[in-house]
Amino acid sequence: MEWEVVIGLEIHAQLATKSKIFSGSSTAYGAAPNTQACAVDLGLPGVLPVVNKEAVAMGAKFGLAIGANVSKHSVFDRKNYFYPDSPKGYQTSQLYFPIVESGHIEIELEDGKIKTIGITRAHLEEDAGKSLHENYNDLTGIDLNRAGTPLLEIVSEPDLRSAKEAVAYMKKIHSLVQYLEICDGNMQEGSFRCDANVSVRPKGQEELGTRAEIKNINSFRFVERAINHEIERQIELIEDGGRVIQETRLYDSDKDETRSMRSKEEANDYRYFPCPDLLPIVLDDTYLDAIKNKLPELPEAKKTRFIKEYDLKSIDADILTAQKDLSIFFEATTKHAGGEAKICANWVLGEVNAALNKNELSISESPITPEQLGGLIKRISDKTISGKIAKTVFEAMWNGEGSADDIIEKKGLKQVTDSGLIEKVIDEIMTKNQGQVEQYRSGKEQVFGFFVGQTMKATQGKANPQQVNELLKKKLKG
Amino acid sequence: MFQKTIAELIIELQNKSISSVELTQAYLNRIQKNDQIYNSFITVTPDLALEQAERADKRLAAGNAEPLTGIPLAQKDIFCTNGVKTSSGSKMLDNFIAPYDATVIDKFNQAGAVMLGKTNMDEFAMGSSNETSFYGPVKNPWNTNTVPGGSSGGSAAAVAAQLAPAATGTDTGGSIRQPAALCNLTGLKPTYGRVSRYGMIAFASSLDQAGPMTKTAEDAAIMLNAMAGFDPKDSTCSNKNVPDYTADLNKNLKGLKIGLPKEFFEKGMDESVAKVIEDAIDTYKKAGAELVEISLPNSGLSVPSYYVVAPAEASSNLSRFDGVRYGYRCENPVDLEDMYKRSRGEGFGEEVKRRIMIGTYALSVGFYDAYYLKAQKVRRLISEDFKKAFEKVDVIMGPTTPTTAFNIGEKSNDPVTMYLSDIYTIAVNLAGLPGMSIPAGFANNMPVGLQLIGNYFEESRLLNVAHQYQQITDWHKQTPAM
Repeated sequence: MEWEVVIGLEIHAQLATKSKIFSGSSTAYGAAPNTQACAVDLGLPGVLPVVNKEAVAMGAKFGLAIGANVSKHSVFDRKNYFYPDSPKGYQTSQLYFPIVESGHIEIELEDGKIKTIGITRAHLEEDAGKSLHENYNDLTGIDLNRAGTPLLEIVSEPDLRSAKEAVAYMKKIHSLVQYLEICDGNMQEGSFRCDANVSVRPKGQEELGTRAEIKNINSFRFVERAINHEIERQIELIEDGGRVIQETRLYDSDKDETRSMRSKEEANDYRYFPCPDLLPIVLDDTYLDAIKNKLPELPEAKKTRFIKEYDLKSIDADILTAQKDLSIFFEATTKHAGGEAKICANWVLGEVNAALNKNELSISESPITPEQLGGLIKRISDKTISGKIAKTVFEAMWNGEGSADDIIEKKGLKQVTDSGLIEKVIDEIMTKNQGQVEQYRSGKEQVFGFFVGQTMKATQGKANPQQVNELLKKKLKG
Repeated sequence: MFQKTIAELIIELQNKSISSVELTQAYLNRIQKNDQIYNSFITVTPDLALEQAERADKRLAAGNAEPLTGIPLAQKDIFCTNGVKTSSGSKMLDNFIAPYDATVIDKFNQAGAVMLGKTNMDEFAMGSSNETSFYGPVKNPWNTNTVPGGSSGGSAAAVAAQLAPAATGTDTGGSIRQPAALCNLTGLKPTYGRVSRYGMIAFASSLDQAGPMTKTAEDAAIMLNAMAGFDPKDSTCSNKNVPDYTADLNKNLKGLKIGLPKEFFEKGMDESVAKVIEDAIDTYKKAGAELVEISLPNSGLSVPSYYVVAPAEASSNLSRFDGVRYGYRCENPVDLEDMYKRSRGEGFGEEVKRRIMIGTYALSVGFYDAYYLKAQKVRRLISEDFKKAFEKVDVIMGPTTPTTAFNIGEKSNDPVTMYLSDIYTIAVNLAGLPGMSIPAGFANNMPVGLQLIGNYFEESRLLNVAHQYQQITDWHKQTPAM
């Protein structure tokens, strides 16, 4: 039987506010346990929450960026459940009236087609703390530093039809939240993670299959693998005469499998009700207009502009704009290079990207600045150095040896364009290699490469290749 | 000296006929000597009190005192007090030393008031008799076989027995007004949002409100001046300006329109109580007020809707008491679930558990619409009733309670009968209005309270109406034989 896969994602993006969603504690990552947990975060008797305006603004910003309805009246609800790292015995979230409803985003499929993915809703909520199971001799430690960190939970429609689509969608949201500067997108620190709802149904069937929810996946690679495993598991199960049960599953990246956490029957009744300690969030048009007017250029628009303004290929523009930092790096490089956008794009996507990957660095950690790279490209375009020498200069810049001009100067890499000088070198080589000269003249033109190599070698690669070619041809003809 | 009001003590402190240390020490001695009879305090804080009194005396000497500087007060044990045990009347918090001050406490500290100690109360403010306290029942100074009312029963008994000149209470369904009525005190529950709830251990967040319990309306005004005001730490706290609540006390009552809800007078009230209430209203009429019959058609629904909304919120508010971070934890838990179940099972008393169960049920899938949402709708209807009434009248009056103080143990096995003792006070909380109870006379030698209900943020008018009554009657001056 042919199966159709149906996937919906719930993405948790940690909002990049300085303080928590309901208290003044810092949200910085990595502090000693419980040093960033105040009375409110600890859920002490008598404490009350006060909503962080910045978190609300970020939620609204996201909604406006995905063409959604930003609710003028949204309400915080309490989701009641007991867990040691949930200090109040409930999580403050938004169930009935979320801040964002009915948005959408476009993804590009492998065949280049564009698909629109619906975003059902996005709501504000607080993160829980962490339970620490190591180093406590059978006991569990509780770290409440993360408790109360603001999250935006972004819930997609079940519009995704493969693990690849899910990844493309997740990357798109990942890119967007960073463009909007509402999330740092750091997946290792858990700032951006997702739950995947996966089901399968016979192709052509309208009714959805029973879904399983895979919890807390924190990398693009794992999303793809976890979903593919889950699809395989469900199809195998059904084909063997079994039945998928609605449950929560956990992806184990070490074993590369999903396993059951709890079934629907064991699931909590969360007893949601409006939080009586918080007033509804009321937003008006003036507020929303102000946010709308301050929205930055978003990835799609930037891509279109790059193609138009810099005459880039669609695929290059796509990669350059997927990450905000990368797009900024590219544009700055172009500016410092005084144009030459295509060469800049090639360098950013080629040498820079390769060096970053090799050293496991992100673009923001690049040891080469756009100013330096632009300076290098300037010297290529004004023919001070050849493309080949440029790679040597790049390496030296990467190692912190200064600007392109400094390196060219210090290492004497300046391209030789003096025809007299090049002619002199060629004459010497021809004198030393009379045999090859004869061969060439008798019609064996393959030896031409030999002369080019010798000339470049004699000039330590500095001779202008075009001039070398022209002069060689003239002289060899005799 | 112990009969003196705050207003009188302010004068004595300021003209130096007594020092705060002397006054405080006298009250501490009196508490030590007499409170084993009433059990009105859970914690007495003599060292802290004397330290505060010394500081107050310095302020008084330096001439930068505020009205409450040097005045000893009793604080309900529901307010977190930095470094002092804050139990909320529960075994669950018997070991809890609060690491911060509630905003109300902070305001009293700023004003230079002295805290004598923390008063007994129904466990987590759930009760109308002070019998649900982990620390044992409080006795009514007017008759020690009877209850003082609840949940602010310790505060009421302490002021009635003259163990403190005044106290704080909190009122979720009548917990200031009902004990004030049963102990012959003036008690004021302000408009919801008038006083910060920060640091006040939550029972039902949308209903809880703190207020003063005093000997006179004038004292209540002085106390409210210190307590009221916007607090950035409480999102539900109003940023409306705080007037000087003593400013309007002396306005005369001519032309005051008093609404009498016919539903309050139809049935349920003890005859002897009804007589006292009628006399009190007659006194107002003689003072120039106009009586208007009004109707609050949905008031009969207030008790059932309250007993959905309040337990629902409580069931969630009390989830944080799980034995993990503070408070009671059972011995030798075998695993997490065992720790939760036994810590909560052993740490909470019967009435609290009953309300957690009611609230949990009301919020459950399949019942939420039928109970919680329905109750919220009723709540809006009740508010509408009041809104209409206040288009016609200035204040509403009626009884605070259907009976005088009942005997200890009399209703403790019959929760519904107990719940009905708040039948006249609950609607005020559901609507978020300010309400007062003032001494109106006696039935069978026990105090009867007259309830005054005002429009939103009209505490000044309530205090004026109460104060004027206290100028022409002396019920509030009666004290129990001790």
